[in-house]
Amino acid sequence: MALDKPYLDIPGTTIFDAEQGRKGYHLNQFCMSLMKAANRERFKANERAYLDEWPMTEEQKQGVLTRDLNRCIAAGGNIYFLAKIGATLGKSFQQMAGSMTGMSEEEYRDMMIKGGRSVEGNRYKGEHGSAQPQNQPQGSGKGTL
Amino acid sequence: MARITASVYTSHVPAIGAALDLGKHTEPYWQPVFQGYDFSKQWMKDNQPDVIFLVFNDHATAFSLEMIPTFAIGTAAAFQPADEGWGPRPVPKVIGHPELASHIAQSVIQDDFDLTIVNKMDVDHGLTVPLSLMCGQQDPVKGAWPCPVIPFAVNVVQYPVPSGRRCWNLGRAIRKAVESFDDNLNVHIWGTGGMSHQLQGARAGLINKEWDNRFLDRLIADPADLAQLPHIDYVREAGSEGIELVMWLIARGAMGDKPPKVAHRFYHVPASNTAVGHLILENT
Repeated sequence: MALDKPYLDIPGTTIFDAEQGRKGYHLNQFCMSLMKAANRERFKANERAYLDEWPMTEEQKQGVLTRDLNRCIAAGGNIYFLAKIGATLGKSFQQMAGSMTGMSEEEYRDMMIKGGRSVEGNRYKGEHGSAQPQNQPQGSGKGTL
Repeated sequence: MARITASVYTSHVPAIGAALDLGKHTEPYWQPVFQGYDFSKQWMKDNQPDVIFLVFNDHATAFSLEMIPTFAIGTAAAFQPADEGWGPRPVPKVIGHPELASHIAQSVIQDDFDLTIVNKMDVDHGLTVPLSLMCGQQDPVKGAWPCPVIPFAVNVVQYPVPSGRRCWNLGRAIRKAVESFDDNLNVHIWGTGGMSHQLQGARAGLINKEWDNRFLDRLIADPADLAQLPHIDYVREAGSEGIELVMWLIARGAMGDKPPKVAHRFYHVPASNTAVGHLILENT
């Protein structure tokens, strides 16, 4: 019998469950390695060579190299692990989160100052809120970090 | 005997730590956040505990995907602030309380909760930001936190996380454990994380003020019923990272059965991506 996953019908959201965790194991463990200053320096000096030391898929490596956090998450990444890439590059959680919405940094920051994204229309796939697939991208950002 | 006299609930947004560490806390963006804790810092001085039992979550810091304990209790003598990728926060090391922590582990495990006992663990912003908010800034070398802290880490990173009901019952088991400790200790229990926030995908930036405030109301007045709320309601209404709020139910479950005194309540949007919620409840 399939496991109950009631969270699959939420738009713009990937729940990091055991299946995602298995898929993203090496990507996330690569991110953990960036908690050591020496590894951060080696990564920044030659990103491709550093990534090639890990048994990650090419899709995962491209997600990192192109700074596309949505792509990383689809490939099994989790934001708290991916945050180590952001920290290595001097980016904040707000810059990381905002990059995934297609908004520019200013647009996302303004949305948060005005009270954040409304839940209305964003509870279930098929509604009409800002996080729904038909409303992407949401702004003038690059969609990458 | 030891007693739990009060509980504290607060968000633990990393940007709050960064704002303090970089001296940005007086900027207009951050002022309203920190003003919400002015009362709390004075309250901490007036009601200083002997030990803080601090429920938080590790954000892929001490626990990678190699091991994912659902509940982990820190029984070490000391815990170092972690390097989360931008160097450790400039805050004092955290002094533990190995005797009480081990006592709680023994009691709670015998009450059927499978705790992981951790004797070596660095602690991340989930633990140090609440300490900074409640105790003010401390010099990393000359300063110190006001009392020993028992870190209690809950997995809210890899789904499924423990249910609200399980967290509530765990809180009750912790209360029983504390009350069976012989030394006359005044213990505070803190629940941290939340409130509504989502850090990923096209739905990043989700905030739900109405839901958050209803959560605060129910946490105060109707916690046993609130504990029945299923995970999916947290995720759908308060964002994928809003699930951290189950940790508040551990602290609330450890409180006495009588209605608590609400010493302080605060709510503010935003701190970075997150709605900041904060309560201080005293046992009556």
